[in-house]
Amino acid sequence: MSGYNFAYLDESTKRMIRRAILKAVAIPGHQVPFGSREMPLPYGWGTGGIQVTAAVLGPADVLKVIDQGSDDTTNAVSIRAFFRRTAGVATTESTEAATIIQTRHRIPERPLREDQILVYQVPIPEPLGRLEPRIAETRRMHAMADYGLMHVKLYEDIARHGHIATSYSYPVMVNSRYLMSPSPIPAFDNPKMDQMPALQLFGAGREKRIYAVPPYTSVKSLDFDDHPFRPIRAPHACELCGSRDTYLDEVLTDDVGGRIFVCSDTDFCSERQAVKEAAE
Amino acid sequence: MYVATKGGERAIGAAHAWLDETRRGDPSLPELTADQVQAQLGLAVDRVMAEGSCHDRGLAALAVKQSRGDLIEAAFLLRAYRTTLPRFGASVPLDTNTMAIQRRISAAYKDLPGGQVLGPTFDYTHRLLDFALAAGGHVPSGAPEAEASREPTPRVTEMLAREGLMQREAASEDEPGDLTREPLSFPADRALRLQALARGDEGFLLSLGYSTQRGYGGNHPFVGEIRMGEVAVGFTPPELGFEIDLGDITVTECQMVNQFKGSRTEPPQFTRGYGLVFGHGERKAMSMALVDRSLRAAELGEASDAPAQQQEFVLSHCDNVEATGFVEHLKLPHYVDFQSELENVRTMRASVEAAK
Amino acid sequence: MNERSSKTPHPIPPPQAGEGGAHLPPPLLAGEGRGGGLAAQTPLLTARDLTLRFGRIAALDSVDIDIHPGEVVAIVGESGSGKTTLLRVLSGLMRPDAGEVSYLGQDVLGMTEAARRRLMRTEWGFVHQNPRDGLRMAVSAGGNIGERLMATGARHYGNIRDQAAHWLTRVEIDPTRMDEVPAKFSGGMQQRLQIARTLVTLPKLVFMDEPTGGLDVSVQARLLDLIRALVADLGLAVLIVTHDIAAARLLAHRMLVMRHGVVVESGLTDRVLDDPQHPYTQLLVSSVLA
Repeated sequence: MSGYNFAYLDESTKRMIRRAILKAVAIPGHQVPFGSREMPLPYGWGTGGIQVTAAVLGPADVLKVIDQGSDDTTNAVSIRAFFRRTAGVATTESTEAATIIQTRHRIPERPLREDQILVYQVPIPEPLGRLEPRIAETRRMHAMADYGLMHVKLYEDIARHGHIATSYSYPVMVNSRYLMSPSPIPAFDNPKMDQMPALQLFGAGREKRIYAVPPYTSVKSLDFDDHPFRPIRAPHACELCGSRDTYLDEVLTDDVGGRIFVCSDTDFCSERQAVKEAAE
Repeated sequence: MYVATKGGERAIGAAHAWLDETRRGDPSLPELTADQVQAQLGLAVDRVMAEGSCHDRGLAALAVKQSRGDLIEAAFLLRAYRTTLPRFGASVPLDTNTMAIQRRISAAYKDLPGGQVLGPTFDYTHRLLDFALAAGGHVPSGAPEAEASREPTPRVTEMLAREGLMQREAASEDEPGDLTREPLSFPADRALRLQALARGDEGFLLSLGYSTQRGYGGNHPFVGEIRMGEVAVGFTPPELGFEIDLGDITVTECQMVNQFKGSRTEPPQFTRGYGLVFGHGERKAMSMALVDRSLRAAELGEASDAPAQQQEFVLSHCDNVEATGFVEHLKLPHYVDFQSELENVRTMRASVEAAK
Repeated sequence: MNERSSKTPHPIPPPQAGEGGAHLPPPLLAGEGRGGGLAAQTPLLTARDLTLRFGRIAALDSVDIDIHPGEVVAIVGESGSGKTTLLRVLSGLMRPDAGEVSYLGQDVLGMTEAARRRLMRTEWGFVHQNPRDGLRMAVSAGGNIGERLMATGARHYGNIRDQAAHWLTRVEIDPTRMDEVPAKFSGGMQQRLQIARTLVTLPKLVFMDEPTGGLDVSVQARLLDLIRALVADLGLAVLIVTHDIAAARLLAHRMLVMRHGVVVESGLTDRVLDDPQHPYTQLLVSSVLA
């Protein structure tokens, strides 16, 4: 697109963001404030992820954008079009072919590799925010590793409901030091973050924070010894590919209780369907 | 068999084409020009410049037209444009003392040097719908003209300060912070707070200012002075080394005079709440001044438990472009998380049933 | 002590070497490090020459104090005498202009905020006058008691519940009310819950700021009895600030009388109250008797 730099942001802004990313990688799970720019897309719609992607994107990269696991949801379409327009990079719907994957709310089912980067869009980076709204105070709690309050919340869940009632944005401990929000991915995806070979970057545009999990880093979901973390998924098989170990969306087929379950990761599902068809 | 919905890209394209048509409206009517917006919807343009934090009446008018009159959307358009512009530097501080006054009133004094100037105001109009305007072809009756004075008009707060009755603000030669380049951190200093408030949503600041009047952090304000008019913007390019005049802009300034009981180290005196906005934005400037003073509560040793006195609360929520983005993001798909909650609630209900 | 974090806008904590940043020392075992009684051993907490001025008013003027393991020391005086300021300075919440505070040989004022907070959630405790300042009102009684355990690494829900039930019983609250929030409790129960929440890590030293201050007289007596029993059983060292001479007589081994930031008299409680030397102490004692 004429009149704008490669991937929209000017080079000095990208350098500033890359410096924040380097710092974030050096201190896994720690939220690094950065001079988030006002993007031509609304706050809360992926401006953090877009800025991180723009800062790490090169002309040879192949970009995949998913929202709710799907490449064809409207906001994923819009962000992919934004980068096609401003950077002219190749885009793909294939997890395997992508070098950078920007995501909202999911981690792809196919395991990621060392040469891939997963960029998460983050609405609320502060995992303690619901318990303590003052940023000045939560920063102090992180600095002191003062996380008793987070466990109190989980304790209260069990006392009230018999089990931990958090099903998404489930807090994790990174490298045994920093409490981190995994962004609103379902708790089902949390285990994928642990020791992941790919670099994981998190961008929160409105809250102006970047954080990271470097490759092969320990990421543990908080729990109790006698109430271990358990990922939640609908106990069904995918209607399309038959998968029993992927995260499923529930689709209503009528208004009298008819419903089917299908994979939320559309790329993974269509690959499995193709394999199934080839075998038949 | 079930097939996942496809065609997001086509749907978006069609929706935007529809938006374009709707914006134009009935094609049998003449198209509104940006110039007309700029000339005849001037206060909308001013508000968009203030909240978009970019002084350009032409672009603000275009944004109002493009956004179909949605002023927050217009401020967003202007902001997204502004952020791509190169920065040459900071202007020298505006000297509102030398303002070419169009309006200047003080509620604290009956009369004062420079006089009270009502200017083009809605005040004292009777709010009766004027059906003559609906008919069109209305010609203004013409206001009598007075000789414009460019003699400096002394500020009320300065006169109080000379008597030692008004707390002086600490001067600083430091480069002011820029919250569009560096993230705000707390506690934020007053310069940054004022910067955030100047860009803040008029409605939000109005309600917060109102809440202080109703007892949620009251600070006994008097309108020391409101003035509106043109001031010169000066800039010192490093390669020249001397100040040059870039032109004039219209601003509204409000200085509230507030009570202060004094402390162990300071004698009783008045304190200031300050508001300054682009264009003619009196309601915003007044609200900003009330909230500015409220945010000084802790510094002045006052109780600071009311919403308008809590800087994290005020500064984190006053930006309408941030706020609208995040509120409206709720309409993006959340079905993955919702699915987790569904399973969660089903599990909890099953365990309650089992326990019966 | 917290200079660094208060002056730097973005305190970026250094990553801790290797693993284990979140693993804090386990709660102390009962009996550990407790002398009991008034044996002449090394003091737990020592302060020398504490001075603090607010403008022209001296809040603390060359105050010295020692607290030994297992000892209950009361600071008495009228409001404005500097006793609450002294408590805040000794517990590291406020910096004096001059003087030093040492806890088991560690310089309290020179400590990092992290170290001070760690002390505050393990070996120290603080009981506030208003239970709302010391409790989380929206969190259940069990969660309130469990917080310090969880903050120091407890990760077994069942054990935390057991501990919570045990401590509720110790402070005479029915353990079946464990899942209720403190807002449903009476003022006296809230204060007892605050004490349970503080004692659960078996601290060595507890600071108490007018713990019976906001309560009815009948409720006060019961609470004082409870505190006295717990302190004796657990061998706690307690520094208690109170304007209530009767409370001081009941609880304290030793007392300090403060006026205008100065310790005007100190000694064994019975001696000070039965044979006051300083005219101000005489006045205090007589006003109670009168």
